Amino acid sequence: MAERRKNEEMKNPKTSLDAAEPESDMPDSDKPRTRDSMGKPATPQKPDARLGREVQARIGQQLRAMYDEIVNQGVPQHINDLIRRLSDQD
Amino acid sequence: MKLDPAIRDQVLATVPSLRAFAISLCGNIDRADDLVQETMLRALSHIDSFEPGTNMPAWLFTILRNLFRSEYRKRRREVEDADGRYAETLKSHPEQTGRVEFEEFRTALAKLPSDQQEALILVGASGFSYEDAASICGCAVGTIKSRVNRARTRLADLLAIDGVDDFGPDRATRAVLAGGGRS
Repeated sequence: MAERRKNEEMKNPKTSLDAAEPESDMPDSDKPRTRDSMGKPATPQKPDARLGREVQARIGQQLRAMYDEIVNQGVPQHINDLIRRLSDQD
Repeated sequence: MKLDPAIRDQVLATVPSLRAFAISLCGNIDRADDLVQETMLRALSHIDSFEPGTNMPAWLFTILRNLFRSEYRKRRREVEDADGRYAETLKSHPEQTGRVEFEEFRTALAKLPSDQQEALILVGASGFSYEDAASICGCAVGTIKSRVNRARTRLADLLAIDGVDDFGPDRATRAVLAGGGRS
């Protein structure tokens, strides 16, 4: 259900803001601001602010995946050689 | 002066993560490796100023960041060959992360102001505490927290918004990234 709603949101951001409202489990203070004080959609081009937590989780995963791909390459040979050479110098 | 092998091993053990941080900052493998090399020269010639028992990774990251700030940041916009080189260096693991999705993430990350970028990487990927990250960046802990928050918000915006009006070939990938899956 939630998955389908997000897809609808992506296709039709203007109407899906209302549809998403009742199921939100975020406390009011954490809710992204999608309406201004006049009750109009404040940022109709940014419906995905509502995706909050899932997007944040994915950002964390992506960040670590990107980083770990490099970490897993280990120490490049020329840097390893440099460190060993410098640490043996008198 | 010969370096204590235990210290040398601590330096070696930090290099992979230091290099990942450098690549995140530079967006270019060759430049990042130069930066790591320069950091090693600087660190090992000033190894006396490292207090044994303190945080070696934080010490090396601080040196690298200062070098990057002073010399590399101004050249950051020259991303000539960055994407190709980067893709070439990374081995693709389709079971983990789709390549297109991965590149899109990196592109979004590169759009962040560099102070937000580095805060997010230090805390979210390198695994430093907010306190260590603040020490590495020479700012208050609260500043790091606020930079990390702004970085996350901005990334969420960049990654999600891109999917709204785009019906091109990347749309499915963007939908996945935004948490929606394929309809």
